Amino acid sequence: MNKATNVLTVEEAATRASYPLFVPFIMAGDPDEEATISIALSLQEAGAHILELGIPYSDPLADGPLLQRSAQRALKGGMSLKGALRLIRTMREHGLTIPVVVFSYVNPVLRMGEETFVKEAASAGANGVLIPDLPMEESSLISTFAKEKGLSVISLVAPTSAHRIEKIASQARGFLYCVSSLGVTGTRDAFPDEAYAFIRKVKETSTVPVAVGFGISNRRQVELLDGVSDGIVVGSAIMKIVEEQQEALTSSNKADRNQALNEIKTFVSTLISS
Amino acid sequence: MQQIYPDERGRYGDYGGKYVPETLMYALEELEEAFNAAWGDASFHEEYQDILREYAGRETPLTFAGHLTEHLGGAQIYLKREDLLHTGAHKLNNAIGQVLLARRMGKSKIVAETGAGQHGVATATVCAKFGLECKVFMGEEDMERQALNVFRMELLGAEVLPASSGNKTLKDATNEAIRYWVTNVEDTFYLIGSVVGPHPYPMIVRNYQRIIGDETKQQMQTCCGALPDAIAACVGGGSNAIGMFYPFLEDNVKLYGAEAAGMGVHTAQHAATISKGTRGVIHGSLTYLIQDENGQIIEPYSISAGLDYPGIGPEHAHLAESGRVEYTGVTDEESLEALSLLTKKEGILPAIESSHALYLAFEKAKQMDRNERIVICLSGRGDKDVETIRRRMEGESSDE
Repeated sequence: MNKATNVLTVEEAATRASYPLFVPFIMAGDPDEEATISIALSLQEAGAHILELGIPYSDPLADGPLLQRSAQRALKGGMSLKGALRLIRTMREHGLTIPVVVFSYVNPVLRMGEETFVKEAASAGANGVLIPDLPMEESSLISTFAKEKGLSVISLVAPTSAHRIEKIASQARGFLYCVSSLGVTGTRDAFPDEAYAFIRKVKETSTVPVAVGFGISNRRQVELLDGVSDGIVVGSAIMKIVEEQQEALTSSNKADRNQALNEIKTFVSTLISS
Repeated sequence: MQQIYPDERGRYGDYGGKYVPETLMYALEELEEAFNAAWGDASFHEEYQDILREYAGRETPLTFAGHLTEHLGGAQIYLKREDLLHTGAHKLNNAIGQVLLARRMGKSKIVAETGAGQHGVATATVCAKFGLECKVFMGEEDMERQALNVFRMELLGAEVLPASSGNKTLKDATNEAIRYWVTNVEDTFYLIGSVVGPHPYPMIVRNYQRIIGDETKQQMQTCCGALPDAIAACVGGGSNAIGMFYPFLEDNVKLYGAEAAGMGVHTAQHAATISKGTRGVIHGSLTYLIQDENGQIIEPYSISAGLDYPGIGPEHAHLAESGRVEYTGVTDEESLEALSLLTKKEGILPAIESSHALYLAFEKAKQMDRNERIVICLSGRGDKDVETIRRRMEGESSDE
């Protein structure tokens, strides 16, 4: 079905990666489809282990201004959940071999139908799904369908999860997404001190690798998380470059496009290379 | 015997639930626990009732609209006068209840969303009374349209924060309030203004608004020795309607909900969620909403800022599906016609929101017998709308 062969499962990719397991997030269709494919391939080249592909949504409750703007641009360009699944197929044809996790708010998924969504996502070449507004209490149906199709449903755990941590960790598949601190997505210069104790606790409880997200934007943070978590999820910091470079990324001039893609690769390399 | 809703999963039939980021889940658990403890505690009810009586001005009268009844020539029309409540609308019932709850939970900071500003003003009012810090998110567009209410809130000591995402109206203000809550969940209480949002909010707001229906039931017994034959209320998120309907759900009383049909349900300019919406999740709850085929939420339209919301409370979605409540769209024009009629016949200027219920009730009343009775929830007064009405009437006459 996929031209790309040997795509690992999310869990395999997460387990095999040495620190830091690097999970970049990009928004499907921002600034346009073609650019999304190039960015995905550049991230793979720069060392990404798993790609989180965001579905733009009109009302992204968990996102800060940067990803809200990104979603607005993508929606304006006509991107949708269906379009993003087609895009994954195209990415596979262009040689994307790392696992892809579809990141979508719950409403577009319900509109498509949970069963259809899982079926279509698997057939398009996705390996996991992450729905930020679908807590464990509401996720049993989609988890059942996902299990049948071999997709990992990625769970989130937050600093306020308290007694919920154990139950969430016990259900985690692929990797466990640990929300670094309270608030919406967006870069933070540093995490509060108590964040590290929380992440350690999650790490102790989890049977799958733990990746920390929300606010990661610099090398210092990645160093501080070494030995605490298994990896990092980086979204806003990458999409900030995409926003700044949107003209270059959609330029008809190949050199301009490559220059912009290099900006992204350079950022990643400062962030994760040892 | 009807089943008790919500069930333990926060569902009304299929609808409701908790579709929120994990960061908020524990806060919702705490909130539910605190609410249940308060609701089962006689001293909470005593305090709540005292404030409703001595500060808010309850009970509100049930007014027989004699001239109007005569004019329409059908059922006897009664008005439940939430417009006479302090701050001019039913919103205060809920704001008082939730502020008392926040105090019990030891939270000293309140965040709220507001559309036209009625809920924002009610919240700012109660925060002023109890000395709590109050932040209100309001769409930038609404801040412009309702500048006077912004000033009122500021006068009451609240900080009004502009929501500049999306269409800059109630939906976006709610998004921003939730985002703020996600960031400050440890010391901040989110005071939601309608029977929307994740469980337990729709239940909490319903229980703080049911006093409207409870009083009406008693007042009908006193005046007429009977239940009304029918009741009508307007529905945006649906808090005044559920407050009015809830105590009557198991009685033999027809229940009518008026939703905003804007320029007409056949146009794209409406907020008729039940008539034209489809199933989906908005602001943490599974319900009906106005969305496109890809699950993106569409901005609604109504002349009334209080009904201009793309979703509806999950309990209403359930009551629509079960057929217990009949929901009908009422256009801008129809609501203004009813507003004008009530003002002229009874000397009561209703809010444009409530005028949607008036129009629907007038239509029903005309088809009912003279010995039947219909109660309308007059959820708010129209002083806030005078400018909108004036512009509309002048605009119409200059068009002609």
